[in-house]
Amino acid sequence: MSNTPATPTPSPSPSASEKLLQRAAPDRVEFEDLVIVPIFAVIVALVLGALTMLATNVSLPTIGLSYIALIQGSVGSLNALSETLTAAAPLILAGLGIALGFRAGLFNIGAEGQLLIGGMASVIVGFSLPDLPMIIHLPLALLAGALAGGLYAAIAGWLRAATGAHEVISTIMLNLIAFRLVDYLLRLPIIQKTGRADPISKSVLDSAELPRLLEWIDPNLRVHAGIILVLAAVFLVHWILFKSTIGFEFRASGENPDAARYAGMRSGLIIVLVMAFAGALAGLAGANQVLGVLDRVTPGFSAGIGFNAIAVALLGRSHPVGVLLAGLLFGALEAGGRQMQVSAGVSIDLIAIIQALIIVFIAAPLLVRKLFPWGFQRTDKSSRSKTP
Amino acid sequence: MTMTADTPSTTATRIKTGKLRQARITGGILIALAALVALVFGAGSSGDAVFRLSRASDPIVVPNLIVPATAFNYIAAAALAFLGARQFLRGGVRWTSLSLGFGLALAVAAFLVWATAGKSFSLTGMLQATVIRAVPIALGGLAGVLSERVAVVNIAIEGMLLAGAFAGALFGSLLGGMSGVIAAVAIGGLFGLILAALVVTYRVDQIIAGVVINLFVLGVTSYVSSQVYQEYRQLNNAPVFRPIKIPFLADIPVIGPVLFQQNIFVYGALVMVAVATYYLFYTRSGLRARAVGENPKAADTLGINVYRTRYINVIMAGMVAGFGGAWFTLGSVGRFDEGMTGGRGYIGLAAMIVGRWHPVGALMAALVFGFADSLQQKLALLQTPIPSEFLAMTPYIATMILVAGLIGRARAPAADGKAYIKE
Repeated sequence: MSNTPATPTPSPSPSASEKLLQRAAPDRVEFEDLVIVPIFAVIVALVLGALTMLATNVSLPTIGLSYIALIQGSVGSLNALSETLTAAAPLILAGLGIALGFRAGLFNIGAEGQLLIGGMASVIVGFSLPDLPMIIHLPLALLAGALAGGLYAAIAGWLRAATGAHEVISTIMLNLIAFRLVDYLLRLPIIQKTGRADPISKSVLDSAELPRLLEWIDPNLRVHAGIILVLAAVFLVHWILFKSTIGFEFRASGENPDAARYAGMRSGLIIVLVMAFAGALAGLAGANQVLGVLDRVTPGFSAGIGFNAIAVALLGRSHPVGVLLAGLLFGALEAGGRQMQVSAGVSIDLIAIIQALIIVFIAAPLLVRKLFPWGFQRTDKSSRSKTP
Repeated sequence: MTMTADTPSTTATRIKTGKLRQARITGGILIALAALVALVFGAGSSGDAVFRLSRASDPIVVPNLIVPATAFNYIAAAALAFLGARQFLRGGVRWTSLSLGFGLALAVAAFLVWATAGKSFSLTGMLQATVIRAVPIALGGLAGVLSERVAVVNIAIEGMLLAGAFAGALFGSLLGGMSGVIAAVAIGGLFGLILAALVVTYRVDQIIAGVVINLFVLGVTSYVSSQVYQEYRQLNNAPVFRPIKIPFLADIPVIGPVLFQQNIFVYGALVMVAVATYYLFYTRSGLRARAVGENPKAADTLGINVYRTRYINVIMAGMVAGFGGAWFTLGSVGRFDEGMTGGRGYIGLAAMIVGRWHPVGALMAALVFGFADSLQQKLALLQTPIPSEFLAMTPYIATMILVAGLIGRARAPAADGKAYIKE
């Protein structure tokens, strides 16, 4: 995992002068890696996106129009900002969970399934407890989502810890199972909306809904209290990872599991805890969607958020603040993409291409450095050529 | 897919206690299955289950297989209980995974008998569907075997299948079926090349590279099909390969329709599995490829070009997956739909692990998945009280159990997932 920001090109034996240079200017390397590489990545991805449009017979003016729409739809107005935040919130929550896994050396592909299960649990609590005041009902519904997502992910953690089954396979399987499970649950009479034949759940009661924040300006602004939850989660994950003992254990077992074990850390327990925590965050993302945006569950309501969250975690270099920024970028692309589809007639699937390209370039700093040698310090280049 | 190194003694004790616990778990699962078979399938069925083996129009007609449901299921339950108790009490003995596999097969048979009791059911038809549905999974698994044997974890199979399906439909519509297959193979190889370039040359984390390729292919194919195919429908209307009857062999009852009356994708998959087995285990380049997967440093020292070997094998894996992808369009519906592979690539990856990184093993595992897939389809006709969603889940649950149960004996190539930096 390339989740240690400071060491993009591990050079086994840097010369003394290079060592000195790195010590003297550590910020420069980090700055290049954290700022310049992402900026280049976004630019190249947008250019390649334009080329894709060109290749599929979209005229040049339309391409210009679509990128203008992309900006307008993401940051061009209050409504656009509200849409961006709404789209970013679940991405950030689930992305934080995946980032936590990365830090501990676990690849959690299962955010999609955890999100589905968490959202389902939240909806069930959200519609089945009438006459509760909001101050109890809403936290209860959120907690249900986090708990369900956490327990679901813990299955994969437990399998890894107890038997060594790789979490990539088990989380993929748990995703597939979650889809079927939600399909099944949505046809149960106690969950299915009364009087409907299609799989759709009952609606969440008002007392469990995440309140909209800007309704007093314009009732169409969808941004909801979930973003407060997101900020709290960013702080919490930051605190856990970098300030708490358990977070130190997470990171230690991610960097070097053997050393961590010899230092007396219980690796099995850590794996289960990390997965449960990651699942809880993904479950919370599901809760955020159903309690803040959708009001109900339909099959596949997760809409690929769990998979995009992997990209967000990668883009954010598994750092909580990075995830926050990456989530905002992806949320902006999502919201802008919708606008693009409406006003320029270019399919929103283009956004998926751009997102994938951004991650390729982020994940391959070597590639970006090769494409844009002038953006980086020369010493960097020489050290690379010296790398045996 | 990597295991941490330990000192030999702790590894040995851990494997021993691990095996003991596995045997216990296996025993527990088998006993639970026995209870399920006895209480639900045995007590809940009456009459005979009739399995049709051939159609009246077949050249050789064999009589139907008639199984007394209740008796069969009680015997199956007894056998399961025996196997389970043996594993549980004498834990750590050999045949743990064999018992588990046999036990699961027995449970499935009991289930089938219970579902068919008092009705009749075309067994041959289901087996035929099993083989067809196993094709993309087997080819995906084979692609996984080829690349993981040179220590490149290939999560990108899903994307390669999708790219193959897309290219197959596009070029099949433009130039005819065979060109579609060639284009699918080529585009699969191209994504193999991209994966190899990313992980070998640019040392991107292998799982990340795979995930990115999947996202990218999903994006591009969905974009083109919503942006272009809406207007130009003739670009997405490919011919479908019809089954080819192999003379004489196709007339054998049961086996004929299942194996010798299929389209080129089924034959292609079988041939590729055979060729890949020969290549990996009986040729010099196969030995070299495996050496690169087990210990790249040693292989490099002996003069094997690690990077080139990895490139070649991953490109081959991509081509195999591309061919498997063409099955979705040219082998079944003749039309590309967004995200039509629906996770088959991931299941192929699971088939590879269950099949212990061996082409034949992957094929066998794929057949199990194909069986579950077609079972779920056909059971809708029999109207069982079990919700179809649960039936759809069973292969995934079984995969998790098998993957968890196999660790300790099935071992990934030693260098799997690690980038190699030449000194």
